[in-house]
Amino acid sequence: MSAHDSTLLRPRLLGRATVNVVVAISVLYTVLPGLWLVLAASKDRDALFSSDLLSLGDFSLAQNVRDLFAMDGGLYSRWYVNSLLYAVLGAALGALISVACGYAFDKYRFRHKEKLFGLVLAAVMVPQTVLALPLYLMASEVGVVNTFWAVFIPVLFNPFGVYLGRIFSQGYVPDEVLEAARMDGAGELVAYFRVALRMLGPGLVTVFLFQLTAIWNNFFLPMVMLSNQDLYPVSLGLYQWNSSASVSPEYYSVVITGSLLAVLPLILAFVLLQRFWRGGLTAGAVK
Amino acid sequence: MTATTQQPAPATAAPPTAPVAGLRARKAARRRRLAACGVLMTPFFALLVTVFLIPVGTAVYLSFFSDDQPGLGFGPERTVFVGLRSYAAVLTDPTFLGGLGTVTLYCLIYLPLMVGGALVLALLLDSGVVRLRAWAQLGLFLPHAVPGIIAALIWLYLYTPGISPIIDLFAKADITIDFLGVHTVVPSIVNIALWSNLGYNMVVFYAALQAVPREVIEASVVDGAGPVRTALQVKTPLVRASIVMVAIFTLIWALQLFTEPMLLNLSSPMISSRFSPSMYIYDAAFTRNNYSLAAAASVVLLLCTIALSYGVTRWTSRADAQEAR
Repeated sequence: MSAHDSTLLRPRLLGRATVNVVVAISVLYTVLPGLWLVLAASKDRDALFSSDLLSLGDFSLAQNVRDLFAMDGGLYSRWYVNSLLYAVLGAALGALISVACGYAFDKYRFRHKEKLFGLVLAAVMVPQTVLALPLYLMASEVGVVNTFWAVFIPVLFNPFGVYLGRIFSQGYVPDEVLEAARMDGAGELVAYFRVALRMLGPGLVTVFLFQLTAIWNNFFLPMVMLSNQDLYPVSLGLYQWNSSASVSPEYYSVVITGSLLAVLPLILAFVLLQRFWRGGLTAGAVK
Repeated sequence: MTATTQQPAPATAAPPTAPVAGLRARKAARRRRLAACGVLMTPFFALLVTVFLIPVGTAVYLSFFSDDQPGLGFGPERTVFVGLRSYAAVLTDPTFLGGLGTVTLYCLIYLPLMVGGALVLALLLDSGVVRLRAWAQLGLFLPHAVPGIIAALIWLYLYTPGISPIIDLFAKADITIDFLGVHTVVPSIVNIALWSNLGYNMVVFYAALQAVPREVIEASVVDGAGPVRTALQVKTPLVRASIVMVAIFTLIWALQLFTEPMLLNLSSPMISSRFSPSMYIYDAAFTRNNYSLAAAASVVLLLCTIALSYGVTRWTSRADAQEAR
C-alpha cells in the first residue's frame, strides 16, 4: 500500500461510520414503534397513561390478554378466526388462480394475448375505493351483502399475482420440461399440475404471502360490506373498538393488546416462509 | 432468468410419412393446448369480469344517472339520465377539491421521501460497509408485516398526548408539539405510510442492486470513481426500472389514501370525514347515500390515477430514450 492510501483512510473510516449511523437510526425508526406496542401491551392501563413504559414492575400481559378475550363476550376470538379464514383461504385460492393464469400467459400463444395482459396490468392500477360502491350494489342485488362471501370473493382477485406468475413461469419452468412431459404423453393440465406447479412452488409462496398480507390488511371492503360484528375481520373490529375508546377508555388497553396479537401471524408467516419469498421477491423485482 | 424461446411448430408424435395425418394431429394438439389454456385462465378472468370490469362499468353508468323522485318525492322512484350533472357537482364541491389538494400535498411530500429514502438505504446496505446487514434489513422490513390499520393505531397513540413517550420526551426539552395540528397533520400521515413501506421498497431496490453485474462496479472503481459516485452515477441508473415501478405503485397507493385519515378522523378535528377523495367517496355513498355523486367522484379519482401512471411511464421512457441518444 502506498502513502497515498493512508491519507484516504481517514475519510473512508469516517464514511463507514456515517453509513452505519444512518442505517442504525433508520432501523431504530422502524423498530421502536413496534417495541412500544409490545411494552404498551404488557402494561396495565394506569401505567399506559402515565407513559411509564420502562418500569418492569407491573407486568400484566397475561391479564391484558385475558381482558381482551373477555371483552364484549369474546368477540375478538371470532374476529381472529374470521381474519384467518379470509386471509389464509383467500390467499391460497387466490394465489393458485393467479399463478395458473400467469403460467398460461407465459406458455401458450393465442391472438390478442398481449392486449389481454395489458388489461390485467391495468387492473392493478384501479383503486379499491373506486370498486367498492359498485361491488356493494352488486352484492346487495345478489343478496350476499353482510355475508362471508361479500368479502371473500372480491379478495381472490389479484392481477399483480398474474404478472408475478408469468415472470416466475418464465424463470422457473423451462419450455423443454413441458415438451418432455408432452412427449411422455401427459395431457396439458396434467403437465401443469404434476410438473410445472411443483417448479413454481417458490413463486406460488411469494404470491400467497403478498395476498395474505393484503387480505389481512384489508379494511375498506369489510367496512363497506359488513354490518354484522360477528363477521368482522380483526382490522375492522379494532377500528370499531378504537372508536369506542374515546368514550370509554377501558377499550384503550384491549385495542393495544389486540393489535399486538393481530401482528403475530404475519410476522410468523414472513419468518417461516423467508426462504421462499426472498427468492421470489428478487425474481419479481429484477424484471 | 432464462428467456422464453418461442418454439416453432409443436413437435407432436405424428409420423412424418403421412403429412395429412400429421397436420391433423398438429391441429388436434393445438386445440388441446388452447383448451388447457382456457381452463387455466377461466377462474381468473371470471373474477376479472365480476369484481373488476362490471364494477368499473357500473361506476361509470351510475355517474351518468340519478334516482329522481318526481312529484315532491311521492311518485315512484325512477332512474333518469342526468348527463354530466354529477361530475359538475363533484368538481365544484369545495370539499372534494380540498381532498384532491390534500392528496396532492401528501403525494408531493410522500413520494420523494419514500423513493429517495428506500433507494438511499438500499445503496448503503449494498455498499458492503454496513455491519449486521441481515439484521438491519430484517428490522427495516418489519413494519411491512404490520397491517395498515394497526400501523395507524400505533402512531395514533404515539401522537396522543398523555400516552405518547415521544411527546413526553419533547416536553422534557420544553417543546410542545401537536402532531395532529393544522400544519402537522399531513406530515404525520406521511410518516405513518413511510414507516409502513420504507423497508419493503428498500428490499425491492436491494434485490435489483444485487443483480447489477459486479464487473460494472469494479470498472467504475478502476476508473477512479469513489463509493458515492459509483452509487449515484453507476448503480442508480442501472436500477431505473425498479425505481419507476416503485414510484408508480407508491403513487397509486397514495392516491387511495383512506385507512390512516379514517382512523385519525376520530381523534383530530383537522381531519374531516371528506379529508381525501376516497373518504369523500365513502361519505357520499354510505353516509349521504348519494350514489351518483360517489360514482362520479370514483371515476374522477380513477381518471387521475390513470393519467398520473401514464404520465410517469411516458416521462421515464422519454428520459430513457434521451439517455440512449
